[in-house]
Amino acid sequence: MAEPSFRYIAKKRRPKEDRRFLAGSGRFVADVALPGMLHVALVASPYPFARLRGIDAKAALALPGVRAVVTGEDLAVATDPMMSGLDAPKLRRYPLAHGMARYVGEWVAAVVADSRALAEDAAELVEVDYEPLTPVIDPERAILPDAPIVHPEHGSNVLFRHKWTWGPVAEDFAAADQSLSLRARWHRSSTVPIETFGVVAQWNYANQLLDIWASIQMPKYPDQLARALRMPGNAVRVHFDVDVGGSYGVKRGLKHSILAGYLARRLGMPVRLMEDRLENMRGGDAQGPDRIFDVEAAFTKDGIVRSLKIRALDDCGAHAGRAPLQLGKPVGAICGPYRVNSVEYEAISVTTNKTPQEAVRGFGQSPTNFALETTIDRIAAQLGMDRIELRRANLIRKEEFPYTIPSGSTYDSGDYHQVLDKALAAAGHAALLRRRDAARAAGKLAGVGVACCLEPSGGNSAFEPLFNPKNETTTWMEACSIKVDLYGAVVVSMNTSSSGQGHETLAATVVGEVLERDPETIRVVHADSLTALPSNSPVGSRMAIMLGGAAAGAAKKLKEAVMAIGAKKLGVAADAVEYHDGEVRLRRDPAQKLSWEAIAEIAHRKFHELPAGMEPGLQAMHVLEVPTGGTLPTADGRVQMYPCYAFETHVVYAEIDRITGQVALGPYLVGHDCGTMINPDIVHGMTYGGIAHGIGAALYERFRYDETGQLLSGTFMDYLIPSAHEVPDVAIVDHCTPSPLTAFGQKGSGEAGYLGAPAAISCAVNDALAALGLKIAELPMTPALLSDLIATVERKT
Amino acid sequence: MSQHEISLTVNGRLHRGRAPARQTLVDFLRDELRLTGTHTGCEHGVCGACSILLDGRPIRSCLMFAVQADGATITTVEGLAPEPGALSVLQDCFWETHALQCGFCTPGMLIAAHALLMKEAAPTEEDIRDAIGGNLCRCTGYKQIVDAVKLAAERLSGLNQPAPRHG
Repeated sequence: MAEPSFRYIAKKRRPKEDRRFLAGSGRFVADVALPGMLHVALVASPYPFARLRGIDAKAALALPGVRAVVTGEDLAVATDPMMSGLDAPKLRRYPLAHGMARYVGEWVAAVVADSRALAEDAAELVEVDYEPLTPVIDPERAILPDAPIVHPEHGSNVLFRHKWTWGPVAEDFAAADQSLSLRARWHRSSTVPIETFGVVAQWNYANQLLDIWASIQMPKYPDQLARALRMPGNAVRVHFDVDVGGSYGVKRGLKHSILAGYLARRLGMPVRLMEDRLENMRGGDAQGPDRIFDVEAAFTKDGIVRSLKIRALDDCGAHAGRAPLQLGKPVGAICGPYRVNSVEYEAISVTTNKTPQEAVRGFGQSPTNFALETTIDRIAAQLGMDRIELRRANLIRKEEFPYTIPSGSTYDSGDYHQVLDKALAAAGHAALLRRRDAARAAGKLAGVGVACCLEPSGGNSAFEPLFNPKNETTTWMEACSIKVDLYGAVVVSMNTSSSGQGHETLAATVVGEVLERDPETIRVVHADSLTALPSNSPVGSRMAIMLGGAAAGAAKKLKEAVMAIGAKKLGVAADAVEYHDGEVRLRRDPAQKLSWEAIAEIAHRKFHELPAGMEPGLQAMHVLEVPTGGTLPTADGRVQMYPCYAFETHVVYAEIDRITGQVALGPYLVGHDCGTMINPDIVHGMTYGGIAHGIGAALYERFRYDETGQLLSGTFMDYLIPSAHEVPDVAIVDHCTPSPLTAFGQKGSGEAGYLGAPAAISCAVNDALAALGLKIAELPMTPALLSDLIATVERKT
Repeated sequence: MSQHEISLTVNGRLHRGRAPARQTLVDFLRDELRLTGTHTGCEHGVCGACSILLDGRPIRSCLMFAVQADGATITTVEGLAPEPGALSVLQDCFWETHALQCGFCTPGMLIAAHALLMKEAAPTEEDIRDAIGGNLCRCTGYKQIVDAVKLAAERLSGLNQPAPRHG
């Protein structure tokens, strides 16, 4: 498939939404201020595990300006528990702790007052009688039979455990020349947006309608919110035109929203719940994967990887939510970009007395990529092979696509070898190695890292039926509608909120491309949940594929209508006209034509000139099923997870300070192939940002708990987000292998950079440490961790 | 809670108001003056989303009480543009390089970069990274922000002017 040429797509164009943010006129949830609005502060558990014996709110309620204090008992009476992604009906989760507090920071009571400051004053006066219980903090301890049980009614800390075997694993291991095993540890971090989660709820008695403004990025959020509040979906209106201050997966404040909605109805006044930073970090239920991988690999003496056994134990924290499903998505790329004949995968999700997990950028794929690339490097080391040659020998070849991996997913397209070669050339890999060797000769700890990783994209939800056979979800649709007004102005409606991904630009560019109209003239709006068509929000690197595909589908329908109207007016058959720059003209005589505006006017005013059977007005909608979607997993757990697969190769140079353990990165180059880029600046921006996020996960960011269950990194003073000093000047070299499954050859890119950076940085650090005979497979490799590790050797010498 | 009369000049306009002693400057700007372009990200002085210019210097408005700003001259993101509906050269360069995604840290970044360009007409990359080093961005990885500030410095000195734009 040749690289296609476009009019607006793949061109440098200024994003539509940037201007309002630059003018300081973005409208975030904290900017929504309603008359008479009340404010919420939370009372949080200081214990990781405790029985709630009683809550005394008398002193708090006596404070002037305090309107209510509510507890988990109130919520359990008035609302239904939030759903988890599993078939585990005894796991009950409410917005406030009910009966037991299960982690430090869990919300035990909510105080509502005329101002946030008053609510905080009153929260300090709420007296909670706790009976502390023995917590379980270590996930490996949690699966033992004598461990304290976080959810006694569930009967076990194991929330999900399943082992799949795809292909002849035992035979491949028996026949292999060599094998190895390793443990890789991905500690708990998250996306930690700079805007915390917030929600404003307003109950309108006259209309019996609950209005919600929220900084939300969550599939099925309106449905789940209404369900938990025991309201019909058409009584809850979620406003998707709220700007969301970053999310990258985690902005799923369902519990916050149920609480705010309940309070707004109960009090009859608008209610705002805006997390402060500490509430966000420890009580926002938005921490990320916390995973122990045990990997075995079988391979030939020439370095051909034949089989993998992967056991992933994930600590999802105190409540299940969708966290266990983050073990499921990697099934769709379980062997990465490599040809591996068979795979065994055991996924274990356990609950402990820690803050719950939420979906984090990549939904479990970045930790998996880190484990896979660590395995590849260890194989190279064991065989004494060059790690890049080993990758070349195992990467799927261009001519092998579409390529089906053992777990049943088919990769759509790719040219991994060429992207690898381009990245190495652009990075000056040979020169980097010389620089490394010179630095080593000068006594420095220097290394070069390389990683080859996949970004599955097009966000389907096939892990839901894989993890819960009672859930028969086989569609994860996205929709778009377009209308053209009487005078020809174009409005495109999308159906979810955005959190920085540039969807307005995406939709306008695609519609402009199909209709041959300047995207700058196209208005893009966000429907609210009552006017929206069915959609699933920007998760799973899906919007270029899904919103782009839906917008293209709607635009093509609209174009057909325009051509039909034009043909009738010109008095010819439909196939005698052609579409050009928004006009309809005769094929045999292009001078005979009808303008865009004239056709819009016919559609809106002149029913007598419309083709028979056509509805008046000029509008179209399209609801797109995920390409390759629509089927349930097989009995042995083979499934097409996501449709499209982007590929990236990272090359990074690193030096480690022997004393402080600080890692200095750069040069840093990534070769990236996500098919056709709708807007290259947007794709590049997400890739740079994903790498910065990956640097944080690799070197700095960790929600660290002590052995008693106290969170030690709940502020930005101790949870360290990379600044402009820690993130080097990154270079990108693009490659385009179009996807055969999408409207313009596009693939996803929202997780780009993040899916490979931790693996690449770990590779570079290990290359540097190899000079000391050290190796480490634990992220984040914080300065303290590396300093201590280096000291174990250097003290001896 | 004691209330205090304060007056301060914000974006060229004199404002008088009453502030509780414990109200932070950022809350006063957002809640009393409804200048919501300035954001709160951490409220403990690390993220920089609440950056404003106070008497010409960039500061964190979450670390200061409103009463402490009595008599001060303040510029917020809403005051950077030469006129309503326009963008400053710096803001326009942020647009040109797509130096933002979600837009939440952007006002603070603009303030930090604006303060740099006021005192340094030809900043080096290191100068720029130092200037924005106290402002956290989770979306961009900083690259396009650094590019925007470089471009703005060039354009403010008369170089590398933008091509005329249609639409």
